[in-house]
Amino acid sequence: MINFSVPEKITNELQMAKMVAEQVMRAKSRYYDEHEHERPWEYINIMWPVLREQNRRQMEKSTNGKGPKREGPGTAILRLVMLVETLSWGDAGQYLCTPDPALGGAAIQAVGTTEQKVRFLSRFTEGDPKWGAMAMTEPGAGSDTSAIRMTAELDVQTNEWILNGEKIFCTNGSLALDESDGLVVIWATVDSSAGRAGMKPFVVEAGTPGVTISKKEEKLGIRASDTASIVFEDARIPFDNILGSPEVQRLDQATTKGFKGAMKTFDTSRPVVAASAMGVARAALEFTKDKLAEEGITVDYTKPQHALTAVERDILEMEARYKAGWLLTLRAASMTDHGRANRLEASMCKAYTGVAATWITQKAVELLGPIGYTQDVLVEKWMRDAKINDIFEGTQQINLLIVARSILGYTRRELK
Amino acid sequence: MFDLELDEEQKMLVDSIDRYTANMVNKAYRDADEEGQLPEDLVKAGWDFGLLPSSIPEEYGGFGEYSAVTGALAMEAFAYGDLALSLSIASPGLVALPIMLAGSEDQKAKYLPSFCVEFPPHVTAALTEPNVLFDPRELTTTAQRCTDGYTLNGVKSYVPMANSADTILIYANENGHTQGFLVPGDSPGLEVGEREKLMGIRALPTYSLSLVDCHVPIENKLGREESLDFDLILNHHRVALGAAAVGLAKAGCVYACDYAKNRVQFGEPIAHRQSIAFMLAEMAIDVDAARLMVWETAWKLDQGEDANREATLMKYFVDQMVLRVADRTVQALGGYGYIREFPAELWLRNARGFATFDGLAIV
Repeated sequence: MINFSVPEKITNELQMAKMVAEQVMRAKSRYYDEHEHERPWEYINIMWPVLREQNRRQMEKSTNGKGPKREGPGTAILRLVMLVETLSWGDAGQYLCTPDPALGGAAIQAVGTTEQKVRFLSRFTEGDPKWGAMAMTEPGAGSDTSAIRMTAELDVQTNEWILNGEKIFCTNGSLALDESDGLVVIWATVDSSAGRAGMKPFVVEAGTPGVTISKKEEKLGIRASDTASIVFEDARIPFDNILGSPEVQRLDQATTKGFKGAMKTFDTSRPVVAASAMGVARAALEFTKDKLAEEGITVDYTKPQHALTAVERDILEMEARYKAGWLLTLRAASMTDHGRANRLEASMCKAYTGVAATWITQKAVELLGPIGYTQDVLVEKWMRDAKINDIFEGTQQINLLIVARSILGYTRRELK
Repeated sequence: MFDLELDEEQKMLVDSIDRYTANMVNKAYRDADEEGQLPEDLVKAGWDFGLLPSSIPEEYGGFGEYSAVTGALAMEAFAYGDLALSLSIASPGLVALPIMLAGSEDQKAKYLPSFCVEFPPHVTAALTEPNVLFDPRELTTTAQRCTDGYTLNGVKSYVPMANSADTILIYANENGHTQGFLVPGDSPGLEVGEREKLMGIRALPTYSLSLVDCHVPIENKLGREESLDFDLILNHHRVALGAAAVGLAKAGCVYACDYAKNRVQFGEPIAHRQSIAFMLAEMAIDVDAARLMVWETAWKLDQGEDANREATLMKYFVDQMVLRVADRTVQALGGYGYIREFPAELWLRNARGFATFDGLAIV
């Protein structure tokens, strides 16, 4: 049944999130943009007690046997994307520093055993702020994750995995491994001749010898966000830190379960990234409209198109693209809540919103003329921040490829 | 609860219209465009889905309640088959639905039952004016109050099937407000012009008409003494047109995918190339985004909420989307996209109309 109504519980939470976004994040937006490797502790310290309590309740649920199963569709992902949109409206870089298990936690939740969930995720229910992260990208393996070279070799005598290699562009990698008692889920191959089938996810905890943060990137935007390179030199982790089965199934390399499990986390994470993109876009759009209103320019939605000025038409176009991107995002999110497969829709919203947010924020800088380009206001920062959404969590092009394969009924064999 | 999936009833409606398209429309629409005429049995079979009667309450002879969302789903499905046909099937609604939305009690009682029969009355509506600066909220056709009614003056265009209409809902400007008038087709001062020759929707006969001191009794003013909430009617029009545009674009998208998978060049289907495949992917995203905007506007209207902003953004987006997608459909077909034996050129001609169409459909 087509229904666009949002539960009151969520709209109330959004009110709270908006207060945090306005009073905590915005107040420090420029500061953390200019102090790249400092951490936004004001935001972190506000979020952590709330998230810790949520994690504790979730942990109780998933370990007392009642599990995440429940009757009928939920609203968890709808709530998530709406919160992310609002927090990113506040500041996308700070939002990315949210202390939570993040994609690492999602992988453990998706593939991990109960024992693993307790061992790895309990830390997020107590004590000081902690971060989880996922490390997939390597210098030679960006969109092509099958080119991952990092190795995991089993030492049968000690029953440990020995990790060697380098991971780059890991969001919150330093926060997870160096600056808190967190963890990173890394992807490594146990058999480089097996292609995707040999690739497995492993949990690496903070304090593991042989693991070092080798670089903290300096970026175009989202400068408050931690983007780290991690080097593994004979880093040893317990056998039980592997997520899923250690078996390498050579039968069908393209459709192995472990790899598919990892790709499945994208079905949620892509709408979340799309939501973040739309939050930044809305920030720029609202600011532009407010500034123009001060000059007496407001959009009259009842005017015919031939009566619109070029500026009014631009605003309309910005709003229309925001609306299109946001609705595509909400659709992908609500499909997960209803237990429906959403791979196509997740990639659709990701591909669209990356472009839309990039364009909307660029337009905002343009429309505000000499004001938009200065660092006295945040629009130029939002333009720099927005661009990442066209790149990470699958570039625009990778997501278009997924959409194209899906609508054409193709695999990677027909459409490279 | 937030959900963007059709329920069972809605799926059944769309499925049955899709079957009608596959069995009847696909064979007929190209010839209809060439001949400038829709086969009567085709329109009749479309009417038999009972979309309009199922929107009219029981007290007026119908068997349902009005839903803009359901209307949008049906309109998309009909236009997926053929745009001219969808507009033809929806034409009784051009009068029935404004009466439902804004009519006085006696107008509802007088007109609505006549739409709940096997053969609906010949009715149509006239909103568009042949004017570069056309603005539905500031019409150049005027309505002047006189002692026992109104006097209408002006020129209208894009009036579907005006030549055979018993009643025409004519929109006119009364002191800066757009008002509606239910004008009998044979009223003195009302003259239907020549059939228009348009770039697209050629199977749908449309006419211009002129009004010279055309007298309308007071009881024929839509809503009687109430001032018309024209924005509400316009928004409903835009939902219907938006849904039709989505249907047309979807047809192009599906056809282009199918074509690209079968057209072999350089030893493999052209869909194997990213330059084609990415274009198709963007078309699919375009269509889905537009559909969601149509649904959101329709849903808001069904909730009785103000939807001016949503309707404006949606129409703005959809008008561009449908042209973009139809153009890319032609492009995907290469030379064959330009040949009339293939449907793409027809879709491009039809798609271009949406930026011009206002008040041509309401569901």
